[in-house]
Amino acid sequence: MTEGFKPIAITLENCGKTFADGTRALHPLTLEIAASETIVFLGPSGCGKTTTLRIIAGLETPDPGGRVLFDGEDVTALPIERRRVGMVFQSYALFPNMSVAENVGYGLRVRRVAGAEAAGRVAEMLAMMRIEALADRRIDQLSGGQRQRVALARALAVRPRVLLMDEPLTALDAKLRDALRLEIDELLRRLGITAIYVTHDQAEAMALGDRIVVMDHGRVAQVGKPRDIYQRPSTRFVADFIGTMNRINGTVRDGAFVTAAGAIPWREAPPGASEALFRPEDVTLDDTAEAHLRGRLTAAFFLGDRTRLFIDVGMEKPLVTETGARRDFTHDEPIGLRIDPRGLMAL
Amino acid sequence: MRHETPRLILLLLPAGIFFTAFFLLPLSRLFAIGGSGADGFAAYAAIVTDRNYFASLLSTLALAAATTAATLVISGISGVFLQRSRFPGNAILVAMLTFPLAFPGVVIGFMVIMLAGRQGLIGEIALRLTGEKIVFAYSMAGLFMGYVYFSVPRTILTVMAAAEKLDPKLEEAARSLGASTWQVVRDVIIPGLKPAFISAGAICFATAVGAFGTAFTLATRINVLPMVIYTEFTLQANIATAAALSFVLGAVTWVVLAAARTAAGSSVAAAG
Amino acid sequence: MKRRGALFWLQLGFTLFVCAFLIVPVFLSMMAGLTVNYLTGIESGLTLRWVGEVWSGYRDTIFLSMGIALACLAGTLVLGIPAAYALAKRPTAMTRAIEELLVMPVAVPGLATALALIVTYGAAGGFRTSWTFILTGHILFTLPFMVRSVLAVLNAIDLNTLEEGAASLGAGFTQRFFHVVLPNCRTGILAGSLMVVTLSMGEFNMTWLLHTPLTKTLPVGLADAYASLRLEVGSAYTLIFFLMIMPLLLALQAMTRHVR
Repeated sequence: MTEGFKPIAITLENCGKTFADGTRALHPLTLEIAASETIVFLGPSGCGKTTTLRIIAGLETPDPGGRVLFDGEDVTALPIERRRVGMVFQSYALFPNMSVAENVGYGLRVRRVAGAEAAGRVAEMLAMMRIEALADRRIDQLSGGQRQRVALARALAVRPRVLLMDEPLTALDAKLRDALRLEIDELLRRLGITAIYVTHDQAEAMALGDRIVVMDHGRVAQVGKPRDIYQRPSTRFVADFIGTMNRINGTVRDGAFVTAAGAIPWREAPPGASEALFRPEDVTLDDTAEAHLRGRLTAAFFLGDRTRLFIDVGMEKPLVTETGARRDFTHDEPIGLRIDPRGLMAL
Repeated sequence: MRHETPRLILLLLPAGIFFTAFFLLPLSRLFAIGGSGADGFAAYAAIVTDRNYFASLLSTLALAAATTAATLVISGISGVFLQRSRFPGNAILVAMLTFPLAFPGVVIGFMVIMLAGRQGLIGEIALRLTGEKIVFAYSMAGLFMGYVYFSVPRTILTVMAAAEKLDPKLEEAARSLGASTWQVVRDVIIPGLKPAFISAGAICFATAVGAFGTAFTLATRINVLPMVIYTEFTLQANIATAAALSFVLGAVTWVVLAAARTAAGSSVAAAG
Repeated sequence: MKRRGALFWLQLGFTLFVCAFLIVPVFLSMMAGLTVNYLTGIESGLTLRWVGEVWSGYRDTIFLSMGIALACLAGTLVLGIPAAYALAKRPTAMTRAIEELLVMPVAVPGLATALALIVTYGAAGGFRTSWTFILTGHILFTLPFMVRSVLAVLNAIDLNTLEEGAASLGAGFTQRFFHVVLPNCRTGILAGSLMVVTLSMGEFNMTWLLHTPLTKTLPVGLADAYASLRLEVGSAYTLIFFLMIMPLLLALQAMTRHVR
């Protein structure tokens, strides 16, 4: 089923976008996307991620000087209908005047692919997305998850050179989102297609992306593998946007980071660092005298498998950690914390 | 999408050319002719300076105002009632009330004659009850009746559509705060329907100012502006005056509709 | 079900009265058209004589009106749908102004428009005396209804995304327009078409000035008949008119109900 997909490499050269009213949606961006790679553009709304996707798709033209290359071929001047891309829209953009099968077959129809071949391809796509039973349904009879499957089948039916997805799961509820995320991941690996995925959901980005491009205010904040982005954020924005980040002020002294709430051993501390950052999972509770930091509990949310704790250590924001401890917590109780030095970062 | 402006202009062009050739151009010509009479462009002031014209302008406006007020009251009561109360026969009543939706003015004139003309129903009933026949079709009262007849169906539709969108929770909230039925009507329902009233009322008004068919059917001697224009044009062959008067008439209706659109904030779809 | 108070019955009574006001004259005129002598009443017997008289005398007006209505529909479809599409695609101050302009022939009294047409094109002999002169006026007057109706639907669907979806699958403009745009605004086109045909059939304000003795439409004939012939003939003529527009009115009503 995977034959027919010829993944391509995509190059963006100085692609910026300024809209007619003068707003700068995207600062000039240069990026290489390898064939078969899944790349995720991640960021809050208005960060320029959708604009980037639309430039790759051919729905927007980059500002003069910007170029889009598909396998080295300059496609900047080609409109979307001649780029041979597949696109999945946030609102699905399924045609209400056509049945499910007609939607899936529409790309073949405009390409004048003949009857039996087209029918075969439609059947194959419906089977791949496990929606054969819906073939003759009208679009308004489908649930959100079913619509998303139809949209994917439709985009893939024409064997596009690249699959573009604009927040495809945003309109779905949480459980369905998780299930479909898994399915999309499996599909992308199997087809080996070059895929570009836009989302504001960092969990989605982490799960799907070979690489993640974090964007902020029309600029690239960081490009990297999910693990790198999470563990070594290069800017304060990335650190805060991805996951939960604790921060505490202090000074480096004798191989330790000394704060008002206690000292954390930190041999590799960069000299002169005035702030230490660490993730909740690098914090453990410690009732002994060896605890690094001491504070008071401000809130505890019981989440079932674990409890999320907020601990006031005299900083602007409380520190966050999670524990599997089977006990009740009381407001204002004193808490001792131990920080894994391998998780410490400075920016 | 990209580079589509030339295409959109091309798509607008046929309608644009037609509209320019057969509306904008003729209207500007009409404007010029209106000023080509013996008095020049002073002819445009004649509607206020000439006592006869001014009188017919005033009676036209008074008639339109009365029509609008009556139509809004009637449609407001029946429209809200039909939208709110579910009872057997409701749908049939709605169908009957909106049936005359697209009757042309001439036919409506004839309906008024059937009701209040020389052989009309009202006259017959009055004759049996009081021994005296009432005939008012061929007068201002008949015209008023005709315009109300014309405007009620479409206004009821507008009111019903607006009433359907009124959030019943607002009403419940008002009641929970102790408001009486009358206070709910005054403080919740009427304000909620205001945009619909304004837009429907403006269309009512504009129709009553500019319509011609009903007046023509009832009598040529009713002193409203459209009839005056028609008489000037056909009987007096006074084209310049007719042009000037009809231009003013057009301006009045257009201003009323535009003002209502601004006030209502939504689109006021005018109707013939 | 809660008990209905006095207010309910008061409102119901009022509404029934309004209903009678609107419907009774329709019935009276239908009856009159089939009665031998309306003054004597139904006892004088029923007859098709008046209908026959109208048919022989005014048949041409009926056919002319139907022809003009269909031509008018064709005109508004060809001019109106592309225009509505363009207006929907670019909701700017400029297109708002154009929309406003296009609606003017409805706001400006038909009498004024007709006069304007006559003073501008009255001298163009062939045009002035042909039925296309009336058609021009009708298209001017009905075009806004088509544009508005289609525009309303286009604004309600997510036009841009649908088109982008089609384009992403390789469809060029023509394919997008005929495969996706047109089918998805067919309710608007249908509603607009019904409105256009109904209004064209009944248009009088302009037509009375635009017509010539050889180009009389149905409403012009009606006005003639009302003015000069006996009540029964006018009624019979009205009856024919009702029969012609009844299907249109019922369809329009069904659509309005559907939309609501």
